[in-house]
Amino acid sequence: MTTDYIAINHWIGQGVRVLDLGCGDGSLLAHLIETRNICGYGLEIDPTSIHTCISKGLNVIEQDVNSGLHNFSDNAFDSVIMTQALQVMRYPHLVLDEMLRIGRECIITFPNFGHWRTRSDLGFRGRMPVTEQLAYQWYDTPNIHFFTYSDFEALCCQRNIRILHRQCISQGVIDRCLKKVWPNLFTETAIYHLSR
Amino acid sequence: MVDISEPIKLACGVVLDEHQLMVETYGTLNADRSNAILICHALSGSHHAAGWHDGDRKPGWWDHYIGPDKAMDTQRFFIVSPNNIGSCFGSTGPTTINPATQHPWGPDFPPLRARDWMESQHLLMQHLGITCWAAVVGGSLGGMQAMRWSLEYPEKLLNSVVIASAMKLSAQNIAFNEIARRAIKSDPDYLAGRYLENDRVPRRGLALARMIGHVTYLSDVAMAEKFGRELNIGNFSVGEKDPIEFQIESYLNYQGDKFADDFDANAYILITKMLDYFDLSREYQNDPVAAFKHASCNFMVISFTSDWRFPAQRSREITDALVGAGRNVSYAEIQSDQGHDAFLLPNTRYEKVLGGYLSRVADQLEASTA
Repeated sequence: MTTDYIAINHWIGQGVRVLDLGCGDGSLLAHLIETRNICGYGLEIDPTSIHTCISKGLNVIEQDVNSGLHNFSDNAFDSVIMTQALQVMRYPHLVLDEMLRIGRECIITFPNFGHWRTRSDLGFRGRMPVTEQLAYQWYDTPNIHFFTYSDFEALCCQRNIRILHRQCISQGVIDRCLKKVWPNLFTETAIYHLSR
Repeated sequence: MVDISEPIKLACGVVLDEHQLMVETYGTLNADRSNAILICHALSGSHHAAGWHDGDRKPGWWDHYIGPDKAMDTQRFFIVSPNNIGSCFGSTGPTTINPATQHPWGPDFPPLRARDWMESQHLLMQHLGITCWAAVVGGSLGGMQAMRWSLEYPEKLLNSVVIASAMKLSAQNIAFNEIARRAIKSDPDYLAGRYLENDRVPRRGLALARMIGHVTYLSDVAMAEKFGRELNIGNFSVGEKDPIEFQIESYLNYQGDKFADDFDANAYILITKMLDYFDLSREYQNDPVAAFKHASCNFMVISFTSDWRFPAQRSREITDALVGAGRNVSYAEIQSDQGHDAFLLPNTRYEKVLGGYLSRVADQLEASTA
């Protein structure tokens, strides 16, 4: 089980209603069904991923988050999750608002563009970073917004979003030691638990 | 032919003491009778859903999806495909004899609702000794039956597969149906529906009704690709005054005439009204979420991008209501330029989605049987 799953698992109650935006092959949903007995739905647009979810018996709905979530009523879900996809959204701030409208809480994970490795790629090498989290060349990437841990904190503050929990994940030993002091510099993946 | 000797009380209050259903089945019912799928046909469908009969020009109407290794795999499922009452392929309906008068029912056949088809299918289910369908599957009006089943007999199906359907028809849908009915009634041979007793058939009206319907089942793109402005006869050269016929004209006329040979005008009127009357949540304070709270099965909802008779939005509404009711549901919107007819036609992604869903259903059945 990956570290981000452990964090997400902590913030999800037993038997709650969960919506996973951009659920991919449904592995997070399947994990939460197994460990938390959730009633879960995933939104996805990739036909192969949708087929995989259907074959696993997961609830998957073909819907593009970029086209809005207006078909879901206020507080329709206990928790709305988006893992590693906010940077792909056309209007991340509006998606965030919508997530907090249809869910009592939401959980977001994103790659921190402020990590020292991406900074050094851009700052010293003068090249757009290609890392494990951001594994695309600049000319062929679904990632259209690059933002940092600090950017996201500022956005939450500006839009009066309550941060219930935050967790920083890094793989390297040094990163793991220093992320508590300088999270913006040493966090690879940021995980936020939010509410209004 | 299955004789249903149990009386059936129709939604309109009329009781049919007994009725007959033409039924085809494919595959083998397993020992614990758990692998049965009910196929619900739409407006013009019949019991002949798959395979070839002697003299067939075409296989059954859903042959692309029913058979060995197909989406509805007859090696794993026992597939039950009835022709429903009020239709005209041998089951009790306007063309069969009314026992009270010894004449064909004709226009006196009682008005039907989708729930009447479901009740008749339920009697068939008991006749076959099946206590729970592995799935009820249908497209268009068939999807309406699959949804009705989930509300009326929640404990008697595990899965409801709703394809290119809607919780109720739109005003535009009803309008097209009324044009079709008017076309039939305008035919001098219609004789207020008593044409069979007078050895007449309102072929012109029925053909016209079908031609209108057929256009709405196709998409602009599909028609352009298949026919374009190609000519069947004649040409546009200066000096030519021979008649000119576009391919689409001859195609539509052919389809209309063929339909007029195969289908019954009273049945067409009866079943289009049944479509118009269907409203899933009417008795649930018009709240589809409240309606689906009565269901307990899993749902698979499928729509097609170019379907303008039952647009994808109608299927999204079904899906939203199911999510709101906390039901298990998956939804796929299949890219297709074939219009409403797409649910009958080959489409790789559609096959994968339907086949993938039902294969999972079969896996679970087989695991619980083993």
